[in-house]
Amino acid sequence: MNISNRIIVTPLGAGQDVGRSCILITIGNRNIMLDCGMHMGYQDERKFPDFSYITSDGNITDLIDCVIISHFHLDHCGALSYLTEHLGYHGPIYMTHPTKAIAPILLEDMRKHLVEYEEEAKYFTSSAIRDCMKKVTAVNLHEVVTVKDDIELKAYYAGHVLGAAMFYIKVGNDSVVYTGDFSMTPDRHLGAAWIDKCRPTLLITESTYATTIRDSKRCRERDFLKNVHECIDRGGKVLIPIFALGRAQELCILIDTYWDRMGLKVPVYFAAGLTEKANSYYKMFITWTNQKVRQTFVQRNMFDFKHIKPFDKTYMHNPGPMVVFATPGMLHAGLSLNIFKKWAPDEKNMLIVPGYCVSGTVGNKVLSGAKKIEAEPNKFIDVKMSVEYLSFSAHADGKGIIQLIKNCEPQNVLLVHGEEEKMKFLRAKIMQEFNINCYMPANGETVEIETANIHTFNMSTKLVKEILDDQSNNLGNGKRLVHGAFILKNGSSYLNAMSVKDTFKELEIQRHTLRFTCTVEIKESSTIQKTKTKLYDMLENNLPTFKNKLTMSDGSISLASILVTVEDGMDNNKKKIVISWANEDEPLGNHVLEMLQNLSKSD
Amino acid sequence: MKVYCLSEDPNKPCFVIKLKSVTIMLDCGLSAHSVLNFLPLYPIPDWKPNKAAAWIPKNFSDPQIEGELNECMTNQVLVNSAPEFMTPLTKLVDFADIDVILVSNYMTMLALPFITENTGFKGVVYMTEPTLHIGKLFLEELVDFVEQSPKPNVAKYWKEILHLLPPPLCNSFKPHTWKQLYSLAQVNSSLTRVQMISYDQKIEITGALTVTAVSSGYCLGSSNWVIYLESKKLVYVSNTSTLTTHPRPMDQVNLKNADLMLLSSLTQAPAANPDSMLGELCLSVAVTLRNNGSVLIPCYPSGVVYDLFECLSSHLDSTALGQIPMYFISPVAHSSLEYSNILAEWLSQSKQNKVYFPEEPFPHAQLVKSGRLKHFKHVYTDDLWNDLRQPCVVFCGHPSLRFGDVVHFVEYWGTNPQNTIIFTEPEFPYLEALAPFQPLSMKAMHCPIDTSMNFTQANKMIKDLKPAVLILPERYAIPPNGFGHKNEFVIDQIDRKVLTIKRGEVISEKLDIKTVNVPFTTEMVVSVTLNELQSGLKASKFTAVLDTKDNKYKLDILRDDLLTNKTTEPYLLETLFKKTYEWGQLDIDRFLRALTNEGVSDPKIEHNAHGYTIHLKSEDTLIQVDDKSTHIFCEKMDKNWRLKLRSIVMECLNSF
Repeated sequence: MNISNRIIVTPLGAGQDVGRSCILITIGNRNIMLDCGMHMGYQDERKFPDFSYITSDGNITDLIDCVIISHFHLDHCGALSYLTEHLGYHGPIYMTHPTKAIAPILLEDMRKHLVEYEEEAKYFTSSAIRDCMKKVTAVNLHEVVTVKDDIELKAYYAGHVLGAAMFYIKVGNDSVVYTGDFSMTPDRHLGAAWIDKCRPTLLITESTYATTIRDSKRCRERDFLKNVHECIDRGGKVLIPIFALGRAQELCILIDTYWDRMGLKVPVYFAAGLTEKANSYYKMFITWTNQKVRQTFVQRNMFDFKHIKPFDKTYMHNPGPMVVFATPGMLHAGLSLNIFKKWAPDEKNMLIVPGYCVSGTVGNKVLSGAKKIEAEPNKFIDVKMSVEYLSFSAHADGKGIIQLIKNCEPQNVLLVHGEEEKMKFLRAKIMQEFNINCYMPANGETVEIETANIHTFNMSTKLVKEILDDQSNNLGNGKRLVHGAFILKNGSSYLNAMSVKDTFKELEIQRHTLRFTCTVEIKESSTIQKTKTKLYDMLENNLPTFKNKLTMSDGSISLASILVTVEDGMDNNKKKIVISWANEDEPLGNHVLEMLQNLSKSD
Repeated sequence: MKVYCLSEDPNKPCFVIKLKSVTIMLDCGLSAHSVLNFLPLYPIPDWKPNKAAAWIPKNFSDPQIEGELNECMTNQVLVNSAPEFMTPLTKLVDFADIDVILVSNYMTMLALPFITENTGFKGVVYMTEPTLHIGKLFLEELVDFVEQSPKPNVAKYWKEILHLLPPPLCNSFKPHTWKQLYSLAQVNSSLTRVQMISYDQKIEITGALTVTAVSSGYCLGSSNWVIYLESKKLVYVSNTSTLTTHPRPMDQVNLKNADLMLLSSLTQAPAANPDSMLGELCLSVAVTLRNNGSVLIPCYPSGVVYDLFECLSSHLDSTALGQIPMYFISPVAHSSLEYSNILAEWLSQSKQNKVYFPEEPFPHAQLVKSGRLKHFKHVYTDDLWNDLRQPCVVFCGHPSLRFGDVVHFVEYWGTNPQNTIIFTEPEFPYLEALAPFQPLSMKAMHCPIDTSMNFTQANKMIKDLKPAVLILPERYAIPPNGFGHKNEFVIDQIDRKVLTIKRGEVISEKLDIKTVNVPFTTEMVVSVTLNELQSGLKASKFTAVLDTKDNKYKLDILRDDLLTNKTTEPYLLETLFKKTYEWGQLDIDRFLRALTNEGVSDPKIEHNAHGYTIHLKSEDTLIQVDDKSTHIFCEKMDKNWRLKLRSIVMECLNSF
């Protein structure tokens, strides 16, 4: 169809990379930004998505129809206040209620860290964050939100962190599912991601753990607790760098119940200043947690911890074993980095990194085995403490991504939020297993996907009835031959099909009937009526297909638009036959004419 | 389509609609009005005053009636039996045939176990998350109330001698159909059939219909429904409120321009303004407390009671009565308060915003923390009596005063003229509710608060929403006795077709469906090229194959194998597949030029009233042309000539 469409995807961040997620899509003439994150591994302009791609030609609000934020992690929402308050975007922004509640807290937390280190933190004022969040519209799961008349958004549960959502976006007949970050296995406080068979034109999925098939959650939990327990048994201190919200709550539930069960007395601290507040969010958004937490919340709030106490900076110098949860999670700034500097040189101590650390961060360096870290210019730290990485961050693994593809049945897949090599592996696997296209553009690289943008049309019930009533159209096996016309009105995404007659009415144009009339004289001595009957029988025998359309009335025989009349000829032995037909039945009309001419010749 | 009405009370609605091959039940309200005919159930058995005497009809002696009836001090005769409820009509529709039940709010689902349990029901029940959570609390509370003071005897015989009984008992509506309450096991089993949905979510039902719940502004999670069948739109409007209270505001936009609207559940207190009733309530609570009396407010465990907590506490604060404790007594009081804090998405904007700070959306959370509002499970718990300080305000159920903790308080406080009982639930006539407790010294106030739309608001809303056809309960079309102002007490819509329905009736309404949605095959999509015939209008003729198997349509291109089946005659194929459709006027100058080019030299043109007649003498052909048609009378038996002429004419016409 000459109104076919394309979906255009350009990652401004998170293309073959993890961090600063920001993907621009064009779908049915609408431009939508998916996430607006920040890269934690960089302090320079690479920290933000490459906005020059969209700011070079004019007003960004005219260019972008809406922004969707998948969840509250800073690599997905960190640049949002920059976009709205510095670049001046003031169009609609959508996220779920918990994301709207928690994102500003993390933004504010980040702002504080940045102010400590950077000049350019001027973009980040508390009031900018507040003003930014005022522009946000919160959405519910599964609610279909209509934006600017033709964009439909629908959020699905993504697991991962509280309030994380996958978004289904539909414009016209094309649709995209963007997963954000998701996890296909439930954990101690969240459920698993879920999506129905929505058959999007394109699925844009994260691929953080594209090649990892992860062992069971239970094993990882056991390893985590074993490591912690061994360390405190030898008198060491355990540092767990973590985001204040999200994985922290899961690990706190884990530690709290373990301490209870084992009767441990070693102090556990949570250093964020946010704990109580964070837990209030978890309590009020309990409908977003897993079933078990939801069902028991009236009796007991899972987020009231018995053994976990707030941390004070001075405690880091205390002797003896302890366990400390500290922010931020990638050891790139703040308290967790300070504690790390203090504890790293002692081999009794232990660092447990339960989440992903983007390249460039101290966390990433330590995990890659660096034994000397330049924490400040020219100041090196020896890392003697043991370092454990436990993949607790809740991303889907390769199996989970394949499962998601099976669930929603996309026509195309596009990978983001992962490392190039791992993406290649997963891409090959997807193309082989599902026989569909799979893309993995780098930042700034554009992918265009052709789509057949109309999959259904509206057929007038009148036409349906006409078709079903007309046996001459019956091709057998329930198949009917149809003549009609499609009409597409500007601005409508529905193609209408109607009968030709109604099409003229709908288009308000006058049909022009072209008719032919010819006369044949045959030798026939019987009456006009008898001649007519003879002709009728002849047509009936020769044109069985049109049997149902053949009628005889007083004046004439008719067959579709063909009219045959019989008149007296030159003398009693001759009859004049007048045949007339409309242009649409020309071949048939001509065929009948020739039959009559043969009749005349054979005489 | 067909609409069946299964409920006698428009405020306890239960409709069934059959559309295409789908059967949908809309709400399943439980009418508890019947329980007023029964003796109250006392939650503390020792506390059972003996105000009612055995009663039998005059000059009637049948041992079967003994012990079934009692007469209270107001001479009203009550049945001594476990209470019975009026459930939706069972004979009109087989519940096993129901595909889905749509539940609008937690007040309209209390008959759900009667529909889904032991009836062969196999369908799905759709409701919002708050409706499920809070509805579950309502069902559990009701079961708890009735089961905590079990009555071993079931009185049946009185139903046989209705004509011998005094009013209002003799006016009971079909008491043979009344039923005793379900069990907790039935409640739980019934709720396993529920699927939670969001507002504005599109739910497909058996591929034939799409259903969407939209906010109705009445209570947490309350919905109206929009049903799409092809291009037709049906809306069902249940309890709806345009007032600003705690729930998310009503969504009007999605209800607009429906082909059919089914209306139910308007206010039960059309003469009372909710705001002024609330004001009166606050005043009289303050007066009572100041006179050292306590206040009893019969209530349901969620809904308006949240607004009462909020308004009353701030009113008491402002009148220096801030130290007065409030007690919320219900087996589900704690759960109700907890749930109210976690449903932010379903609240008004101002309440929702609080969660972002994070603060609890309702002020009652703070009242609980500060000890102003205390909640207890039952009136017979010692904790309550250790804690209870008078004067105070007690909220408890059930509003019918026939069971629940309120029964105890009416007796306990009823002897003190300083106390006041304030009725806010409009469902039960308060004097009838109080009858078995008379004589009472306690003051009784009637402040019915029903935030559902009144008739004036409904009339205006319907006018704005412009449904083509309106179906409403018969009661809404008849003004109540003694009320003159028509529009305030009836639905009066002269601009549209209005049909009324009552219990046991069926309405058939033809839906004139103009189009059906049909999918294409990809090859078909590719084969079509649209031409712009006018600005903004593209069109294209097509010849294709419609697969009509199993009444499911799909359009495909014509494939060769189908053709060979049908015929091999070229004329036939051409007739069947090469259609052209001409339009507009014949360009006569162009036509004549083209004729000349073809060597036709002698056209003779005559103008007439309608157009032209062109005579081509050398070719033995006459052509009549007018605005709408060209008719060629070709006497020359030469196919080539005729076809040449045909193509000339077609070139001088538009076609698609």
